[in-house]
Amino acid sequence: MKHIRIFFAFIFLLIPLNVHPSEVNPDRKFLSNGVKEYRIENGLKVLFIKEHKSPVATFQVWYRAGSRNEPAGKSGISHLLEHMMFKGTPKYGPSVFSRVVQKNGGTDNAYTTKDYTVYFELFPSDRITLPIDLEADRMQNLTIDLKEMLSEKSVVMEERRLRYEDDPQSSLFEEVVAAAFKAHSYRRPVIGWMSDIKSIERDDLYNYYKTYYSPDNAAVVIVGDVNADEIIGKVSRFFRDIPAGPPRKNINSIEPEQKGERRVLLKKEAELSYILIAYHTPSFPNEDSYALDVLSQILSGGKSSRLYQSLVYEKKISISASADYSGLNNDPYLFFFSATASPDKDIKEVEDSLYSEISKIKTEPPSEREIRKAKNQIESSFIMGQDSIYIQAMKYGMFEMIGDWRLIDRYLDGIRKITPEDVMRVAKKYLKEDNRTVGILIPIKNSK
Amino acid sequence: MKNSKFWRILNLSLIVNFALLILHFHSFAFDVKRTILPNGLIVLHSEKHNLPIVMITLLVKASQLNEPKEKAGLANLTAELLTEGTKNRKSTAISEEIEFIGASLAASAGSDFTTITLSVLKKDMNKGFEVLSDVMLNPTFPQVEIERKRELIKGFLRQREEDPSFLAERAFKREVFGEHPYGRLIEGSVETVDNIRREDIVRFYLDYFLPNNSILSVVGDLTSDELDALIKQFFGEWKKADLPSMTTRKLDQKKVKRVIKIDKDLTQANIVLGNLGISRDNPDYYAVSVMNYILGGGGFSSRLMQSIRDEMGLAYDVHSFFTSNKEAGMFQVEVQTKNESANTAIDEILRQIERIKKENISDQELSDAKSYLTGSFPRRLDTNRKIADFLASVEFYNLGLDYVEKYPDYINSVTKDDILRVALKYLDPGNYVLVVVANQGKATLKY
Repeated sequence: MKHIRIFFAFIFLLIPLNVHPSEVNPDRKFLSNGVKEYRIENGLKVLFIKEHKSPVATFQVWYRAGSRNEPAGKSGISHLLEHMMFKGTPKYGPSVFSRVVQKNGGTDNAYTTKDYTVYFELFPSDRITLPIDLEADRMQNLTIDLKEMLSEKSVVMEERRLRYEDDPQSSLFEEVVAAAFKAHSYRRPVIGWMSDIKSIERDDLYNYYKTYYSPDNAAVVIVGDVNADEIIGKVSRFFRDIPAGPPRKNINSIEPEQKGERRVLLKKEAELSYILIAYHTPSFPNEDSYALDVLSQILSGGKSSRLYQSLVYEKKISISASADYSGLNNDPYLFFFSATASPDKDIKEVEDSLYSEISKIKTEPPSEREIRKAKNQIESSFIMGQDSIYIQAMKYGMFEMIGDWRLIDRYLDGIRKITPEDVMRVAKKYLKEDNRTVGILIPIKNSK
Repeated sequence: MKNSKFWRILNLSLIVNFALLILHFHSFAFDVKRTILPNGLIVLHSEKHNLPIVMITLLVKASQLNEPKEKAGLANLTAELLTEGTKNRKSTAISEEIEFIGASLAASAGSDFTTITLSVLKKDMNKGFEVLSDVMLNPTFPQVEIERKRELIKGFLRQREEDPSFLAERAFKREVFGEHPYGRLIEGSVETVDNIRREDIVRFYLDYFLPNNSILSVVGDLTSDELDALIKQFFGEWKKADLPSMTTRKLDQKKVKRVIKIDKDLTQANIVLGNLGISRDNPDYYAVSVMNYILGGGGFSSRLMQSIRDEMGLAYDVHSFFTSNKEAGMFQVEVQTKNESANTAIDEILRQIERIKKENISDQELSDAKSYLTGSFPRRLDTNRKIADFLASVEFYNLGLDYVEKYPDYINSVTKDDILRVALKYLDPGNYVLVVVANQGKATLKY
C-alpha cells in the first residue's frame, strides 16, 4: 500500500496560502505568501518560494507526463524514460548528473506518478544554481542510447520484481486498481506490466520524450534560502532557448459508472489475509473532495480514529486498518479501505466490520468533536509540513500539475467549511456496494 | 523512483549513526543550550522561531542491551505500552487528546536507547507537555493492554515474514552477532514475547526510566524561560534513583565463512553479505565512512552501483553500509536480483571488496567522497525534527556539542592509506556471512 500512503501523506501536507501575485512578500511569515511566479516565453512556468530557516534549497522540474499519458501496450514508458533521464546527453555523459550533484553535497532523484514525473535536487543553498544547466540540457538533448536503454530495462524489471512480484500486498493493489478501471488508463500500474516494459523500443521512448518533455509542458519549482533575481535570471538564461513542444492531444478518457461490485482474489505465498476495497470518487477541486478528505481522516486519522478503534483495538481482528483518499489527481480516482487480518482471524469478519463502520457513518453524522479533530489534524500537518522545504516544493508542484498552484488557496477554505452532514452525505453518495471493487489476498503456503 | 531505497538507506544510516554527518558551515550554526538539572536530566534546547511548532525527543538509555535473552522484546514492549494507559488516562484518552490537537506522540525502543517523540504546535505546548509527562511518569501497564499489544506485535512479526529482505536481515544479524543482544530483533520473537510478564515490564520501567538516565532535546518556537517553566511544571516530580549495574558482554567473533540459504517462492534472490563492523566510538569510524561511500554507500557514485546496476543491469539497488552502535556494529552489502543472477551478483560483490582491499582508491574518488560527506551536512539537519533527534544522539554518543565544527576535519584528514588500512581491517571476504533468501531451485548457488 505504499502508493496510497504516499498520496495520503501528501494531501495533508498542503499549505494554504492566500496569494496575490501583486502582493509578493519575500520575507515569508507563517501562512503568509511568498510565492513568486514567472513565465518564460516558451511557456515554462517557474515558481519561487524564499525560505531562509535553513541554508538549503531544492530545485525541481515537473513534467505533465505520467502513466495516464501512455499509449496502450506501452505501460511503464514514463517511468523508463525517468530512468533514462539519468543516462546522459551529448554534453554530459551517463551518470555525470548524479556524480556532479553528489560531489557538491547534493541529492538528486526522480519519481513518476499517474499524472506527472518529477526530477529534483536538494543542495546547500550556495550551490543551488548548479543543476540548472543540467536540467535544461536533459529537457531537450537526451541521448537515449540503445545499449543503455536495454540495460536500464533490466534494471526496471528488477525494480518491478522487488516492488510488486515479491510483495503480496502490493500485488493485490495492482489487481484491485486494474479491476476498478476498465476504460481509463489509471488501470495500468505506473511501473508498467512486465511484458509492456519488455516491448518498449527506443523509438517509442524517443517519441514520448519529444512529445511530453518541453518547457510548455513543465513547471520549475524552487524553494530555499536563495536570492530570487539571481536564480530566476539563471533559469531564464538556460531554459529560454528551448523550443516549445508539438501540440499534444488531450487525454479524454472517462471511466463509465460502475454498476455492480467487482471482486478479485489473489492467491499468493503470504502469512496473513489482507483486504483492499476501492470506491470510485471524484478528485479535487470537485466540491465533494473536501468532505471525502475529512471522512478519511475521521475513519483513519490515528489511533483514536474509528477504524483503528473498532477493528484493531476493540475487536482485535486486524493488526492494521485504514482508509485513504487523495483528491489530487487529474481525473477521478479511488477511495481505499484496507486491513490486514490478525493471525487466525477470518478475512470475512474483517470485511464485514469495515462495512459496518461505513454503514454507521452513512446513517449517523459524525460528532462535532470528530469533525473538529479532523480539521485540526489537517491544519496542523499543513504547518508541520513547512518544516521541510522538499515537502513545500512538492505541494506547490502537485497543485500546479492539476491545474494551477493557486488552487492551494481553495483547499483549506474548502476543508474549513465541512459539516458533519457533508461527511455523511458523501459517504452515502460514494461508499456504495455497486461502486466498489473488493480485493482479497488469500495466503498460500508453497510446499517448497 | 529512480532509486528510492538508496536514499532511504542513506537516511537510515543517519538514524543509526546520528552524529555521522556534521559540517562546519558558517551559515549553519545553531545555538544549543545544554543544562543538567538537579535530578540528573540533561536538557538540550535550540530556539527556532520560524514556525509555530515544537519538536521534542526524550531519549532514555534503555534498550535491547538491558533485556535478558529469554525475554527479548521487553524494551520494545515497555516503550509501546507507555502510551497505553496512565494513572490519569486510559489508552484511548491518550491518543484522543494528542490527535485532537493535531500533535503526534510515539515511543519506540532501539538497539541502544528508547525515544519518546512529541511534535506539537506552539499553541498546544501545555497540553503536549502534560500528556508527555503523564506517559513518562505515570504509566500503569494494564494487563489487558499488555495482552493486546503482545498479540499485535506477534501479528506484525508474522506479517513481516512476507518480506524477503526482512528474513535475510534477521538471519544475517543473528549470525553476525551471535548471542549478543544486537543479534536479536528489537521486537523479540513470538516465543520470547510470550515470556514477558507484567512484573518484568514494571521492573524495566522503574529501573531505567529515570531522569539521570535520560536526555531531553527540544527544538522550536519556545524560549528558555518558557521551557524552564514547562519542565518545572510537568517534570518537577521526576526523581532520580540509582541505576542497575550494567554487565559488559564480549562478542564472540567466529572466523569462519557461513552461508545461510532460505527457500521461498520468489522471483528475486535477496542477498546480504558482510561481517562484524565497528562500534560508534571506534576512531576508525571516519575512515570507514569514506571507504564505504566509495565501495557501496555513495549511491550512483559508488563502485557497487556503477558495476552491478549501471554496467551489468543486474539490480535496481545495491548498497553497502556500516551500522555502528554503542557496543558493536556490522558491515553489510545488500542486493536483490532475479534468482538466476544470484551467483553473478555475489561474485561481483566479492570482487569489489577484494579490489578495495588491494588497490589504492583514486584521488578523484577520495575527494568526491569527502566533498559529499562534508557538503551534504546542512541537508541532514534541515528540519526541526531532525535537529531534535540529532542533538539527543550527539549527547548519547558523547560526541560533544563542538562536533559540528570538528566533523569536516575528521573526514578531511582521511588519507588513501587509511582507506586501504580500514578496508583490510574491517572487510573480510574470506570469512563473511552470506544470507540468500530465494527460490533456491532457480538460484542454484555455488556458494
